[in-house]
Amino acid sequence: MAGPMLEVNNLKKYYRITGGLMSRAVSQIRAVDGVSLTVDKGEVLGLVGESGCGKSTLGKAILRLEEPTAGDIKFNGTDVLGLDRRRLRELRGKMQIVFQDPDSSLDPRMTVGNSIAEALIVHGISDAAEVGDRVARLLEKVGLEADFGERYPHEFSGGQKQRIGIARALAMDPQLIIADEPVSALDVSVQAQILNLMMDIRDKDGLAYIFVSHDLSVVRYLSDRVAVMYLGKIVEMADKAEFFRNPLHPYTEALLSAIASLRPEGGERILLKGDVPSPLSPPSGCRFHTRCHRVMPVCSEIEPELKQVAPGHPVSCHLYT
Amino acid sequence: MQLKSETVLEVKDLKTWFFTRRGTVKAVNGVDFALRKGECLCLVGESGCGKSVTALSILRLFDDPPGRIVGGQVTYKGTDLTTCPVPHLREIRGGDIAMVFQNAQSSLNPVFTIGDQIIEQVMVHERISRTKALDRARTLLEEMNIPQPGNALKMYPHQMSGGMKQRAMIAMSLSCSPQILIADEPTTSVDVTIRAQIVHILRELKLRRQMSIIFITHDLSLVNEIGDRAAVVYGGRVVEVAPVEDILKRPAHPYTVGLIDCLPDISSQAKRLPSIPGNTPNPLEMPSGCPFHPRCSKVMEICRTTVPAPVQIDADHAVSCHLFGHERGGGN
Repeated sequence: MAGPMLEVNNLKKYYRITGGLMSRAVSQIRAVDGVSLTVDKGEVLGLVGESGCGKSTLGKAILRLEEPTAGDIKFNGTDVLGLDRRRLRELRGKMQIVFQDPDSSLDPRMTVGNSIAEALIVHGISDAAEVGDRVARLLEKVGLEADFGERYPHEFSGGQKQRIGIARALAMDPQLIIADEPVSALDVSVQAQILNLMMDIRDKDGLAYIFVSHDLSVVRYLSDRVAVMYLGKIVEMADKAEFFRNPLHPYTEALLSAIASLRPEGGERILLKGDVPSPLSPPSGCRFHTRCHRVMPVCSEIEPELKQVAPGHPVSCHLYT
Repeated sequence: MQLKSETVLEVKDLKTWFFTRRGTVKAVNGVDFALRKGECLCLVGESGCGKSVTALSILRLFDDPPGRIVGGQVTYKGTDLTTCPVPHLREIRGGDIAMVFQNAQSSLNPVFTIGDQIIEQVMVHERISRTKALDRARTLLEEMNIPQPGNALKMYPHQMSGGMKQRAMIAMSLSCSPQILIADEPTTSVDVTIRAQIVHILRELKLRRQMSIIFITHDLSLVNEIGDRAAVVYGGRVVEVAPVEDILKRPAHPYTVGLIDCLPDISSQAKRLPSIPGNTPNPLEMPSGCPFHPRCSKVMEICRTTVPAPVQIDADHAVSCHLFGHERGGGN
């Protein structure tokens, strides 16, 4: 197939902050501020960053669950932003999302079978026997028993509910699943089960993931490529092996060093100063310069561009220009 | 490790049950541990294992009813905290033994400044002037590496970031120089870079003040960062306790082994994560015998019927598992 399956170009999502008598726009939050990325068929892209960096907004903007402010998105060559509602709905069968909190994404008054069936019916599968059959197969696919479909969400544990969320996302045989922190609400022993399940499904069905997470060790486990976001921008992106062997951006260095590990050694820690600045008023120049341990005079003045520092390894940092 | 030093707090066979309409929840069901001077003891376990209720039981901070301590002792300086009169307990809370909670947002009062809240705490426990208390508050915030502490004192909680609030909480808990700090998942709701800062602060405090810390967490890699010893909690009981290095390198209890294996370690290249089958038990229907037996790969007949007693497998390493019972003959 020519070109990547998903191509995102200079995507922006701004939120207007209104105030005053006439709800004038007084300022704006640049949650996603010019992100470009690609995902190939069957590829897992890990998207890492701290809270407020825009990683979840980016995931939602790709599906147009949040309408992007600017930029463009191509999925299998189709211009996603140009689609009308009906065509967009068709497309969303192929591009799905799994949320962090399985509790709030399932309707508590609906049996989980009906929740999954709803996804099928919305996409035009109306034959009751076929729907029932497919729901049963989906439940089995995610490691649950087929007759669990008659139960309600409260009868399930967190891990089981997340399996149901995945089953629903799989309903229309998607090619891409955006997984927004799918395991961070789960216990460690259950987390591993869900990660294994997601990898099994990928191996079997060849689907691609954008795996949004704050946890680099989880991302390392299942990604092919890793992108790091800071305050609405991608600051570094590389193949997994290259990323962990040769992290270049100081923010990536700090993130890697902040991971608590079971290894006893672990060298000198890089402790970042302060907190992530508010996206309402991001710092001038490089957005990371206020916390950077390698800051130079130029960093507060000029914003670095994302440049290929090594093959397939773009970094936006003045250290490498 | 410090010379196997004196015990500052001893929890013995503690049982805290909640009597609800749907049945009795035996949240803490026979927890034993001893906290030594100047050490950080981690209580590790998954949600619902009873680690937080254990912490709350030490200071009797849970709701009663429905909760009640139905057995055991918590001994601090010769006093049993489970039975001592409430006025005495109040002096200890926040004075000798302080607590930091997971969610700083809900533990801070939104209508008072950080400074006022710290001063209030100091003045409840000590006869000291307001100016002196204010000075102390500023020093504490400084100690927490909060930039411009004078300014921070005048801030309301909503003006602070999550990491700053958590540090302000820790500052407040330290305001009366406690002997023991109980920290219940203090870093769970903050980002990794902020977590590293908080862990760093706690480690320094422990050394500088010779303070004992009970650190409650579900995260074994965090235990490795901060803990001296760790107690693994499952189904309302401590199933294994040992120095952190032993727990991580020579785990004995099948649950501890599973918990370590299923972590996606950053350094490993494994294709598939080992996982523990099943789910954490429903506290209303605790399994008979060893609470872990329905999920255990090494389950034996005796596990279904008899609760294993702790067995010393090393000088400072105790396990409650029938696999280790017979060697000492004490397990039964």
